[in-house]
Amino acid sequence: MRISTGNIFRLRKTWWRFEETFFRSLMIFSSMVIVGVLLLIIFSIMKTGIPALSFEMLTQTPKGGFYFGKEGGILNAIVGSAYLAVGATGLALSIGLPVAIFMNTWLLKHKKTVNIIRFILDLLWGVPSIIYGAIGFMIMIMLGLKTSLLAGIIVVGMFILPIMIRAIDEALKTSPSGLTEASLSLGSTKSELGFKVLAKQCFPGIITAVLLSFGRAIGDAASVLFTTGFTDNIPTSLTQPTATLPLSIFFQLTSPIPEVKNRAYAAAVVLTIIILLTSILSRVFSNRYKKHSIKF
Amino acid sequence: MKPFRIGRLVKERVNRVWMTLWTVIIILTPVIIGGFLLWKSSMLLEENSLMKLLGSSEWKPLSGKFGFSPFIISSLWVTFLALIIAGPICILSALHLTYYAPSFFMKIVQPAIDILAGIPSVIYGVWGVVVIVPFISGHLAPVFNAETSGYSILAGGLVLSVMIIPFILNILIEIFNTIPVELREATLSLGVSNWITIRSVLLRKAFPGIISAIGLGLSRAFGETIAVLMVVGNVTHVPEGVFQPGYPLTALIANNYGEMLSIPLYDSALMLAALILFAIVVLFNLASRLIIIRYENKYR
Repeated sequence: MRISTGNIFRLRKTWWRFEETFFRSLMIFSSMVIVGVLLLIIFSIMKTGIPALSFEMLTQTPKGGFYFGKEGGILNAIVGSAYLAVGATGLALSIGLPVAIFMNTWLLKHKKTVNIIRFILDLLWGVPSIIYGAIGFMIMIMLGLKTSLLAGIIVVGMFILPIMIRAIDEALKTSPSGLTEASLSLGSTKSELGFKVLAKQCFPGIITAVLLSFGRAIGDAASVLFTTGFTDNIPTSLTQPTATLPLSIFFQLTSPIPEVKNRAYAAAVVLTIIILLTSILSRVFSNRYKKHSIKF
Repeated sequence: MKPFRIGRLVKERVNRVWMTLWTVIIILTPVIIGGFLLWKSSMLLEENSLMKLLGSSEWKPLSGKFGFSPFIISSLWVTFLALIIAGPICILSALHLTYYAPSFFMKIVQPAIDILAGIPSVIYGVWGVVVIVPFISGHLAPVFNAETSGYSILAGGLVLSVMIIPFILNILIEIFNTIPVELREATLSLGVSNWITIRSVLLRKAFPGIISAIGLGLSRAFGETIAVLMVVGNVTHVPEGVFQPGYPLTALIANNYGEMLSIPLYDSALMLAALILFAIVVLFNLASRLIIIRYENKYR
């Protein structure tokens, strides 16, 4: 066959068409893989865990011989994790909200400074939680403190703080500048603008930020590994050690006894459901409160 | 009326002072973390040179020998394996979601990505133990004629790759969205197909962004602890293949905390491990974010 220009063009056209189909199917395949993996993870966690889940597991603390497969439940870990996550989220919110507001009111004119702060927060977000845990533990040793709920709250609070600030900051950033201008021109101070106007306007965003941080706080194991300790009792004060769900899963999974292992799977189901609920709640809340904000 | 107004202004001043204070503390945190780790690990660094510590593969805390190379090499293996698996999937999927997928598909995938990002690492660890580890020992290893318990570098890499997918994907989608639409329209109007446009124009434009997204994924993967610890096997040696167990830096810190106080210099060694981890993570984060910022400024 003689190769003419027409032939080359036709060849190239076929080749391009082939390329298009080939890569297009690869792309669709990749997206499918991602959704598929998520479904696979949730399915396999549920499949191994739900048979082991029982009412006693959720309502009892470990009894004697619990770690050899005897009776009891993981209530200590569920309550402990709830305390820890609520405390840490509260701590991070009480520091994070003012800082985020500060960045979006006082520092409004200093774009460069705000960008540097954002950059550093993003950097901090990337710091692995094990480093927070290790430093927290080191400081506790230096001060002669024992593992406690309070130490865990502080370390986890520090760990989720950058996430909290950045999430609230992103919400505040989207508030219309007309709102800021209007309230300043009416004579409000910057803190009134921040706490009374912007915080209300961006309430859905703040809720999302809180739930996002809560999810991080309840799921993180590396930062509480050395700081909260582990106990079979439900803590009654901040100075007591406490069990957490991730660690409860982690410890029980390493056991060779099948009953204990099954309990780890069941605890994993509990944690997954909490995370899924948080995710759904944040969507519902942010949609519900959206209609109260002022639109321009 | 007057006292009320003064009160407001005083409140404003007070607020300003403590808010500034908090912000300054937060800005200084990375420096504080780095400084603290350096100070704590200085005891070990005084007795041994850093090069010797990083190059040696002998880890015998009882006789005072701390060689970090098995841990660093394990970490690198696991991280790069995760990136090799997650990278192409993320790029292809991000292209699909930005340029091809109908909007209803995005509405399905976006929550999936969010949930995937929110799942705690311990759950990924359980998934790894239940699904990935038996899969490797039962199905994958026989194909390659490898002897393995399943707890291996490959298991760590696979679990990690799933964990960093939502992270890289979100950044990539953002990056593709910053490319001006005109660029795409101009190319398409020349009569070439969607993929050719992507291949010869968009991917080139987005190249720095893609590199930095993967860099961010790398730093995330490098610092991941519990999930990797659960599936990677934790054997102190320099791994030579993906089916061998490994012992990443993060697992080293997490596993040995209990006993570190009883052996001299052990705590210092673990702090050095944390410092190496911190330095690598911050370095990659810094570089990637700077590239992204430059990239975004170009199109603004």
